[in-house]
Amino acid sequence: MSPDFLYAIEVLLNGLMAGVMYSLVALGFVLIFKASGVFNYAQGVMALFAALTLVGIMNGQVPFSHLINAVFGTHLHDFGWQVPALAAIALTAVVMVFFAILVEKLILKYLIGQEPIILFMATIGLAYFMEGFGDLMWGADIKALDVGLPKGGSLWIEENTVWLAAEGERFFGFFIDKLDISATIVAIILVVALTLFSQYTATGRALRAVADDHQAAMSVGISLRAIWVITWSIAGFVALVAGIMWGSKSGVQFSLAFIVLKALPVLMLGGFTSIPGAIVGGLIIGMGEKLFEFFIGPLIGGATENWFAYVLALIFLVFRPQGLFGERIIERV
Amino acid sequence: MSSYVTPDGRTIGDVLLEVKNITLRFGGVEAIKDISFDVREGEIRAIIGPNGAGKSSMLNVINGFYHPQEGEIWFHGKKRRAMKPSQIARQGIARTFQNIALFKGMNTLDNIMTGCFTHMHTSLIEQAIWWGRAEREEYRYREKVEHIIDFLEIQAIRKTPVGALPYGLQKRVELARALAAEPKLLLLDEPMAGMNVEEKEDMCRFVLDVNAEFGTTIVLIEHDMGVVMDISDRVVVLDYGRKIGDGVPDEVRSNQEVIDAYLGVPHD
Repeated sequence: MSPDFLYAIEVLLNGLMAGVMYSLVALGFVLIFKASGVFNYAQGVMALFAALTLVGIMNGQVPFSHLINAVFGTHLHDFGWQVPALAAIALTAVVMVFFAILVEKLILKYLIGQEPIILFMATIGLAYFMEGFGDLMWGADIKALDVGLPKGGSLWIEENTVWLAAEGERFFGFFIDKLDISATIVAIILVVALTLFSQYTATGRALRAVADDHQAAMSVGISLRAIWVITWSIAGFVALVAGIMWGSKSGVQFSLAFIVLKALPVLMLGGFTSIPGAIVGGLIIGMGEKLFEFFIGPLIGGATENWFAYVLALIFLVFRPQGLFGERIIERV
Repeated sequence: MSSYVTPDGRTIGDVLLEVKNITLRFGGVEAIKDISFDVREGEIRAIIGPNGAGKSSMLNVINGFYHPQEGEIWFHGKKRRAMKPSQIARQGIARTFQNIALFKGMNTLDNIMTGCFTHMHTSLIEQAIWWGRAEREEYRYREKVEHIIDFLEIQAIRKTPVGALPYGLQKRVELARALAAEPKLLLLDEPMAGMNVEEKEDMCRFVLDVNAEFGTTIVLIEHDMGVVMDISDRVVVLDYGRKIGDGVPDEVRSNQEVIDAYLGVPHD
């Protein structure tokens, strides 16, 4: 096979892996949107907050140290211990559950029965609040996150794909980042687990019931508020996973909050109400933008990755507004 | 009056639900004006009346979707405090809806399983890891649900997504979901509305069978006078939010005010 062709395949593979990362973020949106019809603008910030908290706990950082030092004139910085990654992840998950309870108690409770746009505005407010709160709690510096996931190109894959090209060609095997591979595996586990949970447990059915019909759900004894706490907790956990993956890849920094913007086209493609849609949408966007950059990019001066996803989403909005897997909305006249 | 036995051999017990002087307003509109009636254990109680009489509003009050401005509701001989619909469901009141409210994304089986929600007590974590207790609970209720499915003769559509079912069957699945909660009181909002004659007859039979087999107390709203008179023990008649009649079908049928409400009165 010619090296050019092989290189295109490598681009495709890497695109798919990048797509998985988008899917992880989009997944959190779908969960909340399905259960409550709310587009949770804060999902990206939740990922950032989760990653910040994880790093903070792992490094034994004192929360609010700047504030405490400023008020009391102390010089606290960290507790001087390190927490193992797994324990820190579990603790952060607990923090995210706590966060879900607070969101329900302080915001959602008061907005029951309001228009979706009101709830959307509330999540924008929440996003900015959390960004500032995260900054205050853990500091604004860029932090490295290492939970022990393998990193760098996989030599094994390179060595075992070299033979694909003829001897003497300029091809050295596929370069695939081990971190992307772990992200893919984690995403698969996450989606399978979520699907099984929602299909085969009483709580899973209750989640789907609330997604379908609030009144009917209440009439069989399901408490909407309890379900919202559960939904936001699961979304918080998904945000934590996304935060770990993105944080390991590019460091925990405040620009993480903007991955929300990359999740939007993914959702438009896959449909706002479909978990498989979030995955497939992410894969298509990831693959599409890498291939487009590879084939068309050089012809028009490159940097197509910045806008390709949005243009694709726009085209979808025109021809298939419900996305690939979303529920078709039919209005009766 | 204590318990008595009906001519067809069912035992009607003490008062299960009592509605006292309920008034419900939406802004300036009075949907229900000072209505009282009771429902006895094991009874089939009908609420009838023309469009806009306040029948569905009454059901929504009993089920907790609406909170009346005035009046009291007594259930099991105790005055009920203001509660959320989900809490009321847990007390043993299940219902169906006039314009079918099934969970469209699920199949028949899952819809009915959702009806068991109030009886499932294992924790989220146990369910998430499919822990022994949660698993056993799931199987136990699955068996119960299969029994209901047999009872309502919907075996053939167990795995069908409910959105794809014909109207009459959707109504039956909704009844199955309500039954899965093993309710003490079952509220049916126009169970036969929009059905053809055959479907109506089926539904009548099921309502009677549910009452006879499980001893479930039933309050049903219906438009079709004929159906109501045939299957109910006692009937409440509403018109413009007021109660204009209450009694056994024959009494109600001969009540002049009821006849006027249904047939209209000549204005002279």
